[in-house]
Amino acid sequence: MAEPLLRLAGLHTHIGQYHILQGVDLVVPEGELTMLLGRNGAGKTTTLRTIMGLWRASAGSVSFAGSDLAPLATPEIARLGIGYVPENMGVFAGLTVRENMVLAARGGELDQGRLDWIFSLFPALARFWSLPAGNLSGGQKQMLSIARAMVEPRRLVLIDEPSKGLAPAIVDALIEAMQELKRTATTILMVEQNFRMAQALGDGVAVMDDGRVVHSGRMAELAADQALQGRLLGLSLGAHQ
Amino acid sequence: MTDRTAETPAVPSPPLKERLLARLPYWTVPLLALAGLAAIADLSTWTTLTLAGLAMGMLIFIMASGLTLVFGLMDVLNFGHGAFISIGAFVGASVLLALGGWTASSSLALNLAAVCLAIAAAMAATGLLGWFFERVIVKPVYGAHLKQILVTMGGLIVAEQLIHLIWGPNQIPLPRPEALKGSWVIGEVVVERYRLLAVAVGAAIFLGLRWALVRTKLGLLIRAGVENGEMVEALGYRIQRLFVLVFVAGSALAGLGGVMWGLYDEIITAQMGLNILILVFIVVIIGGLGSVEGCFLGALLVGLMANYTGFLAPKVALGSNILLMVAILMWRPRGLLPAGKG
Repeated sequence: MAEPLLRLAGLHTHIGQYHILQGVDLVVPEGELTMLLGRNGAGKTTTLRTIMGLWRASAGSVSFAGSDLAPLATPEIARLGIGYVPENMGVFAGLTVRENMVLAARGGELDQGRLDWIFSLFPALARFWSLPAGNLSGGQKQMLSIARAMVEPRRLVLIDEPSKGLAPAIVDALIEAMQELKRTATTILMVEQNFRMAQALGDGVAVMDDGRVVHSGRMAELAADQALQGRLLGLSLGAHQ
Repeated sequence: MTDRTAETPAVPSPPLKERLLARLPYWTVPLLALAGLAAIADLSTWTTLTLAGLAMGMLIFIMASGLTLVFGLMDVLNFGHGAFISIGAFVGASVLLALGGWTASSSLALNLAAVCLAIAAAMAATGLLGWFFERVIVKPVYGAHLKQILVTMGGLIVAEQLIHLIWGPNQIPLPRPEALKGSWVIGEVVVERYRLLAVAVGAAIFLGLRWALVRTKLGLLIRAGVENGEMVEALGYRIQRLFVLVFVAGSALAGLGGVMWGLYDEIITAQMGLNILILVFIVVIIGGLGSVEGCFLGALLVGLMANYTGFLAPKVALGSNILLMVAILMWRPRGLLPAGKG
């Protein structure tokens, strides 16, 4: 297994009076796609948001390439080369597709070569380049959200349930795009409920329950072990297969 | 890779009826003007009132544009905005009174130079004050609306008392510069010279703001921040800096509006900011929080409505803009052109 790029140790997060993360230990190896699975309310989204500094950890540590992220604000964390695709996609509906991409390219100008690569993955974005992002369909918004994270090279991309609410054909397109992104050796931590997508993309896997990581290992091993799937993911797994 | 995205029905071209409905907010101003024409039934009176209404609307827009951005981007209910209007007016008045020789001259160039200097001084003072206000008073209460109302109202009261302390308790007459006094009479239409200046300044501010918001990266960030500040931060931008910048710009615009409104009324008082704040809030709500275009339309509607009802039914003039706001909110609960949030 590759060296860890991201390491969470004993991470606790409180939201108001609720104790959501209760000691998360997680390792994300460099150059791999690690899947974060678990039932609703297990703490997956909170884990991503805590890494991004959108919710502050109350205890524990988040270490990225040797730097401690805990004292950093969200913009500083993003500037370390971490891209974030939130569960609600975070697309700016009133801005055009181009303007959304321009904002994501923190370096200033859009790189034409990289843009062509993104258009080859998501041709719809080229077609609707000058339209307000609010006019896009749900699947196209998700593609724009992922494209924003790809517009510049990132060391780590956090993606929260990209398949949520999308038609199977669109999910297939996303899987192909994510496989392409994996070929660039970008490290990815992805939350997913769709086990078909998780199985197709994941190198490593961590399963959360009640605010803790209850299993971590290789995705191929989990995919091959029906009993382990049943024990860790329960009934929700069947619904997604 | 195949383009599976094409299988998803996007919405590039909605039906004609939907497109017309979406454009309807832009038609509200001409529709109100036409309704005014039908009610007044006299073309020259209607033209005079319409020009007066547009000038009044432009002045309110100048004061409201900063507030709508502060509202939309920072989610801050800033009742202290009225203080910047008053202080801008007093600082501007001090400059204009000190430049009495220029304002008394019949030279339009000297008059305009005096007004420009007064505006520059007012904007500098209120911009600086806005920076202090945001850092010391507003910053500790981000996210707490009730506290925001209390502390910004407190700030407004303190500012009024400061005005009493510095400029005295009495209202100050602020005569317009010589060349901006009086009117042109074209046929039976009366056009006040100063109102034309107000329309020109308001239009310039609107076009400048629109250009900045659409054509610059800073403008993109502000528009994005109005929609989803958290995502702007996740893209690596420090939204706190945007907050300060927008607050300072909004305060400076309030100061500019204060000078222009002072010259419009030709008298200034410490309470003028609080008095006009009601109209400013109505405009921001009618327009949709965070929307400069909506604010512009809302301001023109309020200006026209105030002038038409002031002529047709003076007794209901005071409440007419409240009724206008209620009618618009019943039609579009988030205002005419709300920004993306919500």
